[in-house]
Amino acid sequence: MKIEVNHFNAGFGNMEILKDINLKIPKHSVTALIGPSGCGKSTFLRSINRMNDLSRDFCCNGDILINSMNIYGDEIDVVDLRKNVGMVFQKANPFPMSIYDNVAYGLRIHGIHDDYEISKVVEKSLKQAALWEEVEDKLFESALNLSGGQQQRLCIARTIAVNPDIILMDEPCSALDPISTLKIEELISELKKDYTIVLVTHNMQQAKRSSDYTAFFLNGEVIESGLTRNIFQNPQEIKTQDYIMGRFG
Amino acid sequence: MHVKSIQKITSFWFKLSGAITLAILMIIVSYILIKGIGAINLEFLLTKPVDSGREGGILPMILSSLYLLAVTSFIAIPLGVGSALYMAEYNENHKLEVVIRFISQVLASVPSIVFGLFGLAFLIFFLKTGWSLLSGGVILSLMSMPTIYQVSEVALKSVPEHYKEGCYGMGATKWQCITSIILPTAASGIFTGIILALTRAFSEAAAVMYLVGSSLEMPTSLLDTGRPLPLHLYVLANEGISMENAYGTAFVLIAIVLTITILSNHIISKYEIKLGV
Repeated sequence: MKIEVNHFNAGFGNMEILKDINLKIPKHSVTALIGPSGCGKSTFLRSINRMNDLSRDFCCNGDILINSMNIYGDEIDVVDLRKNVGMVFQKANPFPMSIYDNVAYGLRIHGIHDDYEISKVVEKSLKQAALWEEVEDKLFESALNLSGGQQQRLCIARTIAVNPDIILMDEPCSALDPISTLKIEELISELKKDYTIVLVTHNMQQAKRSSDYTAFFLNGEVIESGLTRNIFQNPQEIKTQDYIMGRFG
Repeated sequence: MHVKSIQKITSFWFKLSGAITLAILMIIVSYILIKGIGAINLEFLLTKPVDSGREGGILPMILSSLYLLAVTSFIAIPLGVGSALYMAEYNENHKLEVVIRFISQVLASVPSIVFGLFGLAFLIFFLKTGWSLLSGGVILSLMSMPTIYQVSEVALKSVPEHYKEGCYGMGATKWQCITSIILPTAASGIFTGIILALTRAFSEAAAVMYLVGSSLEMPTSLLDTGRPLPLHLYVLANEGISMENAYGTAFVLIAIVLTITILSNHIISKYEIKLGV
């Protein structure tokens, strides 16, 4: 198991968001987290790279193990953790700098300054993110001039440039048109050969198309999890069935 | 019909306001430039004043002004931007933020002559620093800091949250995030505030008149006394020494301020194009 979650509770201040989460996420797979808005799936995703730590009143207990190490343990360095667990956000957020510098960003902050090495990684990452052909002749133009779909693929390239183990994606296609969405989904299937991917999505079709495993969240709890085709074809819980049939959410 | 006439009236009003503002600026600047240009020649720019400024040039004044500008930049920029960074990125105490913002607003509205008198009482009489360009620069720094602080804080706080998230999500430390993302993104706003504050300090006579010693000699170090351009202009006009040279001095002062402003606007817009914002 790549990620193992045991009795994980979390919340902000007095507000409890996640209740007793238990989940196992296998290596080199895509795991979709589905559920209605406010069910805690994004909070859970952001617990895996400790992005929630940026909110002062965040508190949690229980374990999240990555490669059998508790990431909330005392010996964990958050900077190393986030290097190892990359994140792609709902809103494409390239930095206001050139396309090249965006991809090189992670390498530079982690102490790599050799230009030749950086340029090789930039090219490789952009190719892996299926963006290279569209940007190869404008690498030094501002990334903010790219289209929304290109920006999101650039963010994926930026994330894989530092060679993480796990990539977290928080509704990466929610602001994109269907063609860009399709490109990102193809990319996700391609990337799972090398990375473990956890994908939060609102789009049931997307979960069905691109994931191997699915976990259904409701009111801060995991109602059901397992192989995607089992969850969609043969859900064990009534609530899961109601949700995937579109009866609520 | 009713809506359309409101539209017409408001649009006329906005155009008129714009035109009046522009006209006032043009009248003042061109009046001074026309009156002053007659005094401008190489001798005026490159020699010392003779006979209290009736004859000769204004080189020591230009140098005094540049010295003051250097001292002010050196003190006010790091302090102003630093405290804005602290407020925007580190401080979590809302009350402290409110108090500091209030204090800086009050400081920004204190008349410059009060800063001058404070400098005289505190620096010259109490600390006995002596009359010098350095003392003047220290007071100009205190005067410029609130503006730099306020404008920088707004600029830093308007850096989109999702840039920072992306940055921390890549494993950046807070310091890396500040230097690589937050400061470059806020830079044009911060720079605007700095230019605003520094050009005001550069044109300030009242705040420094009791501090710089008002000497006509060529300043060779910060500890020398000196007389910046605005003060020289004030003395020439106030004591009826030479109106021609007063206008000449005003010409040089305005020319320097305009150059700084135009140059900095140019730099800012180039920089923004580079960022793509």
